[in-house]
Amino acid sequence: MNSSSMKKLYAISSAFVLCALLAAPIALNAQQNKPWEKIPIPKLHDFKPQQPKRIVLKNGIVLFLQEDHELPFVSGSVTIPGGSRDEDPAKAGLVGLYSQAWRTSGTAKLDGDALDDLLEAKAAHIETEGDEDSTALAWDSLKGDADQVFSLALDLLLHPRFNVEKLQLAQQQEATGIVRRNDDESRIAERESDKLVYGANSPYTRQPELATVGAVTLDDLKAWHDRTIGGKLIVGIAGDFDPVAMEAKLRAAFEGLPAVKPEPPRHDVFAGPQPGISFIDKEDVNQSDVEIVGLGTDRRNPDVPALAVMNEILGGGFASRLFQKVRTELGLAYEVGGGIGFDYDHPATFRVGVLTKSASTVDATRAALAEIAGLTARPFTEEELARAKDDILNSFLFRYDTRDKVLAERERLEFYGYPADYLETYRAALEKVTLADLGAAAKKYIHPGKLAVLVVGNGPEIKPGLDELKLGPVHAIDITIPQPGKQSGKQSGQPGPAENTQ
Amino acid sequence: MQSRMRTAALALGLAAMALAGAWTTQAQDLKSFEQKTTTKVLPNGLTLIICERPEAPVFSYSTFVDAGDVNDPSGESGLAHMFEHLAFKGTSEIGTKDYAAEKIALAKVEAANDAYEAEYLKAVGRDEQKLAELKKAFKEAEVEAHKFVIPNQFTDVAERNGAEGLNAETGLDETMFFWSMPENRLELWAYLESSRLADTVPREFYKERDVVIEERRMRTDSNPEGRLFEQFVATAYVAHNYGRSSIGWPSEVSQINATEAMEFHEKYYVGANIVVAVVGDVKASEAMPVLEKYFSRVPAGPKPEEMTTVEPRQFAEKTAVIRDPSQPLYVEGYHRPDYRDPDNAVYDAISDILSNGRVSRLYRSLVRDQQIAAGAEGVSPYPGGKYPGLFFFIAAPLPGHTPQEMRNAIHAEIDKLKTADVSGEELAMFKTRTHADLLRGLADNQGLANSLAEYQTRYGDWRELFLQLDKVDKVTKADIRRVANQVFVPGNRTEAWIETEAPAAAAQKDAGAQ
Repeated sequence: MNSSSMKKLYAISSAFVLCALLAAPIALNAQQNKPWEKIPIPKLHDFKPQQPKRIVLKNGIVLFLQEDHELPFVSGSVTIPGGSRDEDPAKAGLVGLYSQAWRTSGTAKLDGDALDDLLEAKAAHIETEGDEDSTALAWDSLKGDADQVFSLALDLLLHPRFNVEKLQLAQQQEATGIVRRNDDESRIAERESDKLVYGANSPYTRQPELATVGAVTLDDLKAWHDRTIGGKLIVGIAGDFDPVAMEAKLRAAFEGLPAVKPEPPRHDVFAGPQPGISFIDKEDVNQSDVEIVGLGTDRRNPDVPALAVMNEILGGGFASRLFQKVRTELGLAYEVGGGIGFDYDHPATFRVGVLTKSASTVDATRAALAEIAGLTARPFTEEELARAKDDILNSFLFRYDTRDKVLAERERLEFYGYPADYLETYRAALEKVTLADLGAAAKKYIHPGKLAVLVVGNGPEIKPGLDELKLGPVHAIDITIPQPGKQSGKQSGQPGPAENTQ
Repeated sequence: MQSRMRTAALALGLAAMALAGAWTTQAQDLKSFEQKTTTKVLPNGLTLIICERPEAPVFSYSTFVDAGDVNDPSGESGLAHMFEHLAFKGTSEIGTKDYAAEKIALAKVEAANDAYEAEYLKAVGRDEQKLAELKKAFKEAEVEAHKFVIPNQFTDVAERNGAEGLNAETGLDETMFFWSMPENRLELWAYLESSRLADTVPREFYKERDVVIEERRMRTDSNPEGRLFEQFVATAYVAHNYGRSSIGWPSEVSQINATEAMEFHEKYYVGANIVVAVVGDVKASEAMPVLEKYFSRVPAGPKPEEMTTVEPRQFAEKTAVIRDPSQPLYVEGYHRPDYRDPDNAVYDAISDILSNGRVSRLYRSLVRDQQIAAGAEGVSPYPGGKYPGLFFFIAAPLPGHTPQEMRNAIHAEIDKLKTADVSGEELAMFKTRTHADLLRGLADNQGLANSLAEYQTRYGDWRELFLQLDKVDKVTKADIRRVANQVFVPGNRTEAWIETEAPAAAAQKDAGAQ
């Protein structure tokens, strides 16, 4: 989730809000003739992003209505608090199964297959999804079918069926994902480096296994649904509808539900990684995926604007330090980038990633580590600050250039309890970031000694070896996929379950 | 920067379709689009399209060059993609401290590389010491040339002015450059884009070549699907360039030089071979003269001649098996005609009925009922559509099931298409979804710019984006049965799969370049 809205533009002069769009780039090089700087940049056309109408029902459910009459479609969604971080660890994968079987089972009146036939004949959709902190029901259709599709979606929300065959189908799909999870190098690197940061058993990283997926029952799905459906639902509708009629329809549908129950407060512990270097051997690759990770922060942190500017300088775009050094100057990577992450309600990860040929693993890792250390050692320049601000502020408009994006941002802010004018405040804070702020943020948040390095690659091809990095003993991670009822194997890096290799 | 590996229908197949009955999308939308859309062909042959969509003060553009890796000369696979990377390196004005001096330094780099390559490629009597010296001389020339470079200035100017989604893609058939920007940067954009098309400088070429080889390692060598797809098309084709690695064979992409890249540019980056589409908060009456001024700088030149090679009819069934530690995956393909074929919409119908969503035949048969696959699809054209491509099937078996089961189940579904008519509901669904999908795509500046430029290039008229619906509406059950019987025959088939083998047994590995 990251997008945007601009509220209350009527209260602020649009010239103020958009002024950064007019700022001309600063000269890089005095003697260079720069014809592009002579090209006039006129004032941007006036623009007031249309905000959705927000309605809070007496039971606490929140409705957003975003009219858009460009095309004859209507779409909607219901966001429900509670996601995979709230699962029973012994049933990890439950939300993934739930989000499939909920939709494929269908409603009490109409089974999932019949629902598919009915909707697809109208080029309409109703789908369910599961996330780390929420689940959702979403639909869309042509205007003429909107009433019927809405009532089917509402049926699915309030009268789901949950069918055991569809649960089994979902379990098979999940199992396929599990046995294939070590095929792709980048997936391994991302997953295992997250575990280094949060811990393998954290609600944010624990992974579904064949055993935990197999342990989920139909009753578990029903219990999950009954519990989460009583939370603070956020309903958003967008498209070509009559606002008065739509509001009446939504009130009729949601006003009668019981008062929402607040989510209990969370007590997660975020310790950050053990410093050092880990390795996962994968013999069928000729490129290493190097991930340098640590603990990030959350968006409520007032240092986030400074950190966002720092990220842009470190790994944001073509002009960033990492890109310039590792890709352009050294030619060691196609993919390189990263920065400190911020989530809405918990610390994200700090992450710098590089993909490089096996033989240059050590060189590329060193170069990336040097750029990270350089954040505190090499002072930021006025030019870097100006460039990073231009990059961020001049494209800020793309956070709210469609009505769908404005709606999605408002739903997100509502979900996480942020003020509706968050983007405006954030933008204003970005504009105010100074060199001193950057220096202070780097000092406060960049601690190379606290970072963990993970390399996924082809061991015999990595020469010089990882010990050359002098980051301490290289810790081998075993990613063998546990088979239910069996001890996990000792060799690392390969799935190789016998029953899958006929 | 991305090399496009298409597994799904190409944008040309951008499904469209008509709600049975009172659905008038086609005529209505074409009419409203004709009012909003202005086309102009410049004296140099370049076509400009402006579509006014003032929803927000932004615009998106797409530069569509009718040249891709299918046009790479023999021995230079990956060249079109390599050139695409070069188009981010600046011009004689952007990215240089002193172009006159840099030009001389770049010529020296090229001469040093030629000398090194000549020695390196000697079949007999290569002098290793001389080779090392030549390598050193080349590196020194590179360092000398680098002194004049302002790295990444082209993208820097774009990004500082609000460019969003800045990227490019090289497919087998085409190369596309695109981004979105605040509308008050239109003239600046026209300067930047026309400059890089007209005035490319082969700056930092050899470092960028290393970057591209790294991209190959990521997409192909170190990716099980990438390895499978590359072997699959190489098996399916015997003559046409669609069978070649599109990102380039390691030995070839690692020896492409800047001279070759600039020759490619001279031949293919001419006005007649380029369409530029702009969609967003732009008034054609004001913007067209500005665009005309800048894009007139692109050199005129004849439309490059079409290639003579036509893939000969396949009559031998072919198979490729990769023994690999990764999980099993099955693909097969059948040669089909190019996008201009009168049956093009029939292939789209077959693809939709077989593969689109949980109502599709392959999902219901392989995933829901037989429970042998996690997913299965049949789409076309692959790997490209400008020339005869393949109708391509892919299936991922569930744990405990085999590629052979995927093949048998897919063949059973193909037999059904050949021996019985599809239902009226299936055919209507295809048409309805095609119309709705086209309509949904109209609300996206970037997607629309891409489609307008592509249809203008492929049909000589962007209106075909809407007019194709007419062909979609005319597809009959008999058409589907006829085409299935024509194309899905064993002699026209190539199968490939990954056979999972424990690491120790998979002794031989294919490494990439270097």
